[in-house]
Amino acid sequence: MTEEMLINPIEKLTEQFPADWLKADERSGYSGYIVQREHLLEFARTMRDDYGFDYLSMVTAADYLEEGFFEVVYYAYKTIGGPALVYKVQIPRTDAVVPSLIGLYPGADFQEREVWDLLGIRFDGHPDLRRILMWEGFEGHPLRKDWKEPFFEEDVKPYKSRWPEGKPVFIDKENPFDDNVQYPEGFDPDHWTPDQDTLLYAGLVKKASNEEFKTDQLVVNMGPQHPSTHGVFRMVVSLEGETIIDLKPVMGYLHRNHEKIAERNTFLQNMPFTDRLDYITSMSNNFAYALAVEKLMGVQVPERADYIRVMMAELTRIMNHYFATGFLLNDLGAYFTPSLYSIEERELILDIFEEVSGSRMMCNYFRFGGVVRDVSDHILKKIHDLVYDRLPRKLESLDAYLTNNEILRSRCEGVGVLTAEQAIALSAAGPILRASGVPYDVRRADPYSIYDRFDFDVVTGNHGDIYDRYLVRVEEIRQSIRIIKQVLRDIPAGPIMTGKPPYQVRVPAGESYGRVEGPKGEMGFYIVSNGKPNPARYHVRAPTFINLTSLAPMSRGEKVADVVVILGAIDIVLGEVDR
Amino acid sequence: MVFPCIPPNSKRCIMSPEGLTKPEYQVPDELQSQVSLTTLDRIYNWSRLNSVWPMMFGLACCAIEMIATAASRYDLARFGMEVMRPSPRQSDVMLVSGTVTKKMIPQIVRLYNQMPEPKYVIAMGACASSGGPFKGGYNVVAGVDKYIPVDVYIPGCPPTPQALLHGLITLQKKIEGESLKTVSWYQKGPSVPIPVPVLGPDLIDVRKTALIREKSKPAPETEAQEPSAGDVTDKPADGEIAAA
Amino acid sequence: MKNFSYRFGVIRGLGVTLSHFFQTYITDIKKGRKHYGTVEGIEDRRQADTDGIFTIQYPEERLPLPEEFRVLPFLVYDDGENGEKILRCTACGICAKVCPPQCIWINRAADPVTGKPSPHPADFNIDMDICMNCGFCAEYCPFDAIKMDHDFELSSLDRGETHLYNLEKLMKSATYYASIHPTAAALEDAARAEKAKPKA
Repeated sequence: MTEEMLINPIEKLTEQFPADWLKADERSGYSGYIVQREHLLEFARTMRDDYGFDYLSMVTAADYLEEGFFEVVYYAYKTIGGPALVYKVQIPRTDAVVPSLIGLYPGADFQEREVWDLLGIRFDGHPDLRRILMWEGFEGHPLRKDWKEPFFEEDVKPYKSRWPEGKPVFIDKENPFDDNVQYPEGFDPDHWTPDQDTLLYAGLVKKASNEEFKTDQLVVNMGPQHPSTHGVFRMVVSLEGETIIDLKPVMGYLHRNHEKIAERNTFLQNMPFTDRLDYITSMSNNFAYALAVEKLMGVQVPERADYIRVMMAELTRIMNHYFATGFLLNDLGAYFTPSLYSIEERELILDIFEEVSGSRMMCNYFRFGGVVRDVSDHILKKIHDLVYDRLPRKLESLDAYLTNNEILRSRCEGVGVLTAEQAIALSAAGPILRASGVPYDVRRADPYSIYDRFDFDVVTGNHGDIYDRYLVRVEEIRQSIRIIKQVLRDIPAGPIMTGKPPYQVRVPAGESYGRVEGPKGEMGFYIVSNGKPNPARYHVRAPTFINLTSLAPMSRGEKVADVVVILGAIDIVLGEVDR
Repeated sequence: MVFPCIPPNSKRCIMSPEGLTKPEYQVPDELQSQVSLTTLDRIYNWSRLNSVWPMMFGLACCAIEMIATAASRYDLARFGMEVMRPSPRQSDVMLVSGTVTKKMIPQIVRLYNQMPEPKYVIAMGACASSGGPFKGGYNVVAGVDKYIPVDVYIPGCPPTPQALLHGLITLQKKIEGESLKTVSWYQKGPSVPIPVPVLGPDLIDVRKTALIREKSKPAPETEAQEPSAGDVTDKPADGEIAAA
Repeated sequence: MKNFSYRFGVIRGLGVTLSHFFQTYITDIKKGRKHYGTVEGIEDRRQADTDGIFTIQYPEERLPLPEEFRVLPFLVYDDGENGEKILRCTACGICAKVCPPQCIWINRAADPVTGKPSPHPADFNIDMDICMNCGFCAEYCPFDAIKMDHDFELSSLDRGETHLYNLEKLMKSATYYASIHPTAAALEDAARAEKAKPKA
């Protein structure tokens, strides 16, 4: 390797590999490399081992119907920081098979299953390629461009039927079944048997039975209706006594077709839908989406808007970590008291969000080029009071009654351990990755917005257990308070938006990936635009979806009561897991 | 004795013995706060509506607002509803809060069947009422009332905790108006559980199997062709959705 | 089993909880009867230094809604001289185009004589069961004709037709709008008066 390559290893990769392996992506607005399908595994292994790209952040695919191919996209990063390595594989629509990267990066597991589910691309070598968001037996692969949903009206919004001759129609009445359903031709429900999740239960590892001693393997379904699963999430565990032998998560109970709806929406209309992804931290989701589209559009955000954005993002982080701590203690059995105290702090922050954006939770506050409304001095004073007076005081009292609590410590220390190598291989992100000792924070590794101006620490833990995750979250609240204090000190006067934004945003053709360090991990949006008002492909890199890959390795060998706490420490939100 | 924290002129449903008395009966002044003359209906409803136990059933974003309503700022315990049981066998009202998806609806119907009567359902938010902003999605059921009967609808996305409390007060008013002669759980005959839908190529409502079979029959001129099995799903020929 | 020297972690936690409990009584005694049921009391319980009981007792006490609060949209009309209602809406269709779940249907009126489109809506329908309260319609309307309401007490016993608001149900007066959005209404009235001034 030359010295130039050590500094910018990804600039001239075509010179390092044989010509038939890869070529640079020359399409306007695109970046990265197009790798040939046969050499994908070798290429990925070389990049991971020789070049140091050990963290596979995102695996997704896009359907290019007119050109006639699928494109599977991979984004890999180095844990020491730096820009992304983007590589893609293009495969014909009639022969959609790609080798699976699960042997190199176990974190690609759920993402490849999702690509199979929604787009129909097979991954050779994946041990358990079942549908993940829809159910086995569902007809069709929904995200393909030629698949139409039952309530299909027109290809793209705005629909012509709404204006100028808009006659209101209840679309349920247009469907012959008065509901959002469609069936294949010739389907006879009386001569058809439902699938009973056979593949799911067959894949569950069971201990080999002892010949003299006949023991019973118990398979328990926890969820989707369960007080501890943080939403509609189901875990299938196989137990021996109280110890877990294997665990398989089942999701999709809240799959609201965000990506398909987003392909019909215009870019601006997607903003309120991003609020509903991780519904506790709506400002963070807006931030990531605004960054992704602004990269494509090339707009600059005024300084005051940048400061306001950072302030809102950090307030969201504080609110989320309080909430997560409260619910972690709920799972431990501290019946509601810590969560009531945390929700009290959250209410005061939500008051600020309500005054600024109009709604407590679904803020819809960011636009391409700035934010919607200015923050008045009255609100700045409220934030000042919170950050200088109330939050540090309440955090000390939370520390006082929780951190050295014997019950918390004995139940959380040493439970659910994830080593650093495991965490990187499983593509974990956020407090989970940092509690295992990997100091990877997108705000430091790949700074966006104006985070490079602020002075804060990246909080890590040493043991990778639940107690460390709790400590990391509490310390991150302190760091967020530190950042907000600097924002309040430095916020300049000025405009909050570049120009008056039109409601039809024209985005030049290209692809972009905008990511932020959300409270739960790296939240990213992958957008492909072809110059039209609607995105051609829109994918959400949801941190908790990928963090759930680490649930099974963490829980094997633990007790059933512990798996509830492990799930609480991962801090999932179903709106993001299922999109 | 009224604690200082409850403001005077409370507009709550009925809380004091004076409120329980039926208006047309006159009670002598000296017995006002000790005796009330009421009907069986009124006292039956009064005791039920002041202790409606919700089922802890949060699906999506509206669940967070439900949790915030149960928390200290908008306390549900003032209405007798702080006991949020996750088990359907011990709850009175099912607060469907969040988008109802096809994968989840068999579970919702099963849970509804497991609730003992008298039971109520509140559809909280736009998504539970009608599919909401996600109505066009392929995995979303257009309103939970396609499968279970709903008593109160609360629009909003999400409805603020105060709106949810208003919806619960509406439910309390509805319960107040019920009469022992007409309630469904005291009629003759057992109550019929709702059949649980099945997940097939798409969600199958078992009450509509005849309709499904009829509408899915291939059109006569294309009978010679194989029905398409695989990725591209065509809508049945007579099921075209026309834009208005 | 982990060997823990049991110190006072649990007892300290209990101490914090008990202090919260007694603080509620101390605050009640300090603030007196005016702490509940009055507007100042509610405001006091929303400050950053609030302690004691945090509950805002709906329906007797209501939290004040900030001006930007958005529930459902409504159409603004100005009062004409003869008491007729002059809708500001010109049926331009921008709100219908920008609505993310497409819940607005506008039927533009046609001039009865010439048949050419005239800037009034013949029909205006919003399906409130689909509306996601995003506020885009109010934000992008160039004529200040559609704004977000504050009335959240909308629970009902049925849905469907009753939740499909037509033009009659959507119209509310400009004085009502100014009462719920005072600063925005003042700014817009000033801007409109500025534009209406005859050019000198």
